[in-house]
Amino acid sequence: MHRPFAFTLAVTVTGLLLALPGLPTRAQVAARPAPAAVAPGLAPGPAPSAPGPSADESALLQTFGQRAGLQSLAADFVQRVRADARTSAFFSKVKPQHLAQQLADHFCAVLNGPCSYDGETMKNAHAGLDIARKDFLATVELLQAAMDAQGVPFAAQNRLLARLAPMHRDIISR
Amino acid sequence: MKPLLATLALGALTAAWLVSSHPAQAATGKLLLTGGVSSIDGAAGGGLTPWAVIGSNATAGQWGGTAFATRVATQDYRLSVGGVAVAWDERVELSFARQDFDTGATGAALGLPGLRLKQDIVGIKWRLAGDAVLDSDRLIPAISLGLEAKRLDAGGLAPTLAALGAARRGADIYLNATKLFLAQSVLVNATLRATKANQNGLLGYGGAAHSGYRLQPEVSLAWLVHRTLALGAEYRAKPDNLNPSALGAGLKEDDWRDVFVAWAPNKHLSVTGAWVDLGAIVPAVKPRRQTGGYLSIQFAY
Repeated sequence: MHRPFAFTLAVTVTGLLLALPGLPTRAQVAARPAPAAVAPGLAPGPAPSAPGPSADESALLQTFGQRAGLQSLAADFVQRVRADARTSAFFSKVKPQHLAQQLADHFCAVLNGPCSYDGETMKNAHAGLDIARKDFLATVELLQAAMDAQGVPFAAQNRLLARLAPMHRDIISR
Repeated sequence: MKPLLATLALGALTAAWLVSSHPAQAATGKLLLTGGVSSIDGAAGGGLTPWAVIGSNATAGQWGGTAFATRVATQDYRLSVGGVAVAWDERVELSFARQDFDTGATGAALGLPGLRLKQDIVGIKWRLAGDAVLDSDRLIPAISLGLEAKRLDAGGLAPTLAALGAARRGADIYLNATKLFLAQSVLVNATLRATKANQNGLLGYGGAAHSGYRLQPEVSLAWLVHRTLALGAEYRAKPDNLNPSALGAGLKEDDWRDVFVAWAPNKHLSVTGAWVDLGAIVPAVKPRRQTGGYLSIQFAY
């Protein structure tokens, strides 16, 4: 019955609940498929008039080893999803190298990197694949394993996952 | 005991029906630790308070189950808990827990040496809305509604509790909101519980001074250090219905709090260790705060 304590705690948690959601805002912005709208063939990099990514965003991209690191991450990830019994069926018809290229572009764009993703929308790319939530989560695990293998720290992994996770709405179809 | 057995049988039948009518794959769907661990009342959550997540590894279209054993040891008391839970579809969870509270020297001081308070808890939790994990761009948390039906076997203390106006049966109803702030690796849970329970029901439900429901908040914060490791803290407010009682403030109760570390080396095993502060328990006999260790092991399928 420590009412003052309980009250303080309740206020603190409420404050956290209110304050924390403010943090993902930048992630939300970044996660929007805006880069997909960039015409294919455009030189990578933000338009001259656009402000560059913040220092924090640059550091995050650095953690992933820039574009080269993402390329290697994507290649490893594609190998894993094609090898894993839970996910291989979904990737049997794709060309691994092409998919890895597209994923690297996509990750890079999502991380506000100097790249553009000109592939399909998430919805189109996964249309007709009959993907269940368990399949999506299995893929998340394989991406986590690939990020581990690339030496990406857990906190940075979660920052990327937080930008990718909402795409479940366009990917999970049953 | 009859209603409890009936409830258990119903739970088992429901589980059997779910399993037979939905020949889903073995549940390994959920990401590690996203089903929480087993709380002392059996529901998935933290240690002292339930979360809105549905337990086990089962995700959409899957069923799963958990079994756990928990031991809490403070200066003067010991609590042992064992229980099981069945989960379906990240939607609904049925749980059962049996608590055995060793009153130690307090029982002897009350003329009841070897007194053990035994409580059975049947729980159901229904996720109403939201997704705690994947909707990382939205504020809406996972929201669940839970019911815990509790029955106390107070042994030789039963006549005393009856005289104090405490019932032998009670039910808690709670509303939960749980959100994983994925980019920050932080999980927040808030629970509002309507309860009459004295010391979580181990001293019955309600009292002569206050026999009605009270709303009590519970909060948990957890920081995901690694995919397999979470550090956190919990706070659980409790009513104080036996204060005052015929013993004056001798049965005054305090809120509970803990700091914990949960480790899941794989999807089928988790170990949770905590330091708990349960406040005074029956201060008429043992006025000091009861602090100590908490160890829980959970097997999940």
